[in-house]
Amino acid sequence: MSGPESPFRRALRQFLRHRLAVFGLVVVTAVVAAAVFAPLLAPFDPLQTSWTLVRKAPSAAHWFGTDENGRDVLARVIYGARASLLAGVVAVSLAAMIGVPLGLIAGLSGGWTETIIGRVADAMLAVPFLILAIALAAFLGPALENAMLAIAITASPVFVRLSRGMALEAKNTDWAEAARAMGNPPWRLAVVHVLPNIIPPLMVQATLSIAEAIIAEASLSFLGLGQQPPNPSWGSMLNSAQRFLTQAPWMAIYPGVAIFLVVLAFNLVGDGLRDALDPRSQRR
Amino acid sequence: MSALLELRDLRKLFPVRDALGRSRGAVRAVDGVSLSVAQGEVLAIVGESGCGKSTLGRLALRLIEPDAGEVRFGGEDLRALSPAALRARRRDMQLIFQDPFASLDPRMTVEAAIAEPMRLHGVVPRGQESAKVAEWLERVGLRADHARRWPHEFSGGQRQRIAIARALASGPKLVIGDEPVSALDVSIQAQVVNLLQDLIRDLGLTFVLISHDLAVVRHIADRVAVMYLGRIVELGETEQVFNRPKHPYTRALLAAVPGQGAKAPPLAGDVPSPMAPPSGCRFHTRCAHAVAKCREVDPMLPSEAHAAACHLAAELPPAIAPHETETGGERLRRLQAFFTQGTAA
Repeated sequence: MSGPESPFRRALRQFLRHRLAVFGLVVVTAVVAAAVFAPLLAPFDPLQTSWTLVRKAPSAAHWFGTDENGRDVLARVIYGARASLLAGVVAVSLAAMIGVPLGLIAGLSGGWTETIIGRVADAMLAVPFLILAIALAAFLGPALENAMLAIAITASPVFVRLSRGMALEAKNTDWAEAARAMGNPPWRLAVVHVLPNIIPPLMVQATLSIAEAIIAEASLSFLGLGQQPPNPSWGSMLNSAQRFLTQAPWMAIYPGVAIFLVVLAFNLVGDGLRDALDPRSQRR
Repeated sequence: MSALLELRDLRKLFPVRDALGRSRGAVRAVDGVSLSVAQGEVLAIVGESGCGKSTLGRLALRLIEPDAGEVRFGGEDLRALSPAALRARRRDMQLIFQDPFASLDPRMTVEAAIAEPMRLHGVVPRGQESAKVAEWLERVGLRADHARRWPHEFSGGQRQRIAIARALASGPKLVIGDEPVSALDVSIQAQVVNLLQDLIRDLGLTFVLISHDLAVVRHIADRVAVMYLGRIVELGETEQVFNRPKHPYTRALLAAVPGQGAKAPPLAGDVPSPMAPPSGCRFHTRCAHAVAKCREVDPMLPSEAHAAACHLAAELPPAIAPHETETGGERLRRLQAFFTQGTAA
């Protein structure tokens, strides 16, 4: 016993030992900073068009080149991080807020409640993620908010299934029985005992889901269902770039690389968290 | 002394299903148990694993629902209570688990764990919980500054002390200990048994000890109930049961204590499947004394102070000479040495 060390600090120590995860965390932090401080970092107004600067190659003035309306690609990539991160973080938070309570209720109550919640989640999981998101977004109408809502609904069954499974497991532990034996009402068992115990895998899932949601947002924007022009989003930038792939490849490369890096970074962070929080994979 | 806990003809079946979910019968975990525990009494329930003793403990606290029978706690029918009323009643009845590595919530500090029952039942005014937790920690032989630590930082014995403090924190009248020391090292068992004994005496607890460890039972129990295949086969005061066991099963159990020397015929064969208990006396398949009647007629437990559910109880010769059990076996002696030396460290 070497002094009190909370589970959180132990996990942090494990995480920092994981090099790729730390790299991922650095990239994520950088992108978050870019999104928050976009007005300070962007060299130009991302909406400022110019007929004299249409599809110019990268130069000293415009590091990433310009697009078909003469807007600065670097500025648009920086501002585009806002749409991507918002879509990722807001959609996944929403998905967890929908999915986790339903999963806990299903797992802890059992019976018909569990059957209904579980089957609906399974049915949603049977439909490919993007197809469902596209259908929902099309139904709700083209707007970034609607795309986020569509992604949130589509991503929620994963949280239902995960938290239901873990709640089922937790329900049969001695500590859960002890909690019931001392007189905990069901909601308190769920919130005070079960939830804290299933948070680590949920965090891992959330991180991985953010990566998926960012791709989904880019895909929806690419299809015109997400961020609406002229506001920048990496997906819609790719959409307008596809017509000029041979003449102006920089229009596609930079937003493409941004998507790639952010998604990779979130996945690395997720893997690192998994290793850090899973007691079975704990190295010294 | 009045009865604090009364069980009447309790039954619990666990349905068994095959891989396709079809019913394949049911395990009769508890099959008609009546028992009454007096205020301030220490009652032990002993038996082999799988005989239903843990199920009985959980039925008594209504942690699982009986299929039939009655549970009265302080004269009140627990089965008639609403969920909310039952939760409020849990202040007065608590459970200590076998495995201290599983029974403490890994995401709760020691302080949070011990304070929880007080908070749930409003035992202590808010803000005074910390002081009370510190008091309890010292009472069970830990230090007050252990409160801020996490369960994984403690050894098994220390964890069991924490679990005991948690069980007692709401000020229960009845505590059920489900094999409270059998997961611990033998040297630590003695300390924890002594701690339990001190707490039972000082707090005037009514305690139901579920155990298969006869040495521990003999040391702390006032009365013993011997269970076999979901039934109580013998019930009586501890010294009576240990010195003059009436039921052949009890005799076999006592004889099985190592070093005792076989003073009763050893048990032949395995416990029959609780899904299909034998006809007549459930023990007849393994009983050396069984006669034709045992195969046909199910013996009842008479309502005597020292009772055995056996047709031949009156006729059987005393199988174990009293003086031989009093000295006890080698292990019994070692444990008793521990008990007398070691007050809780």
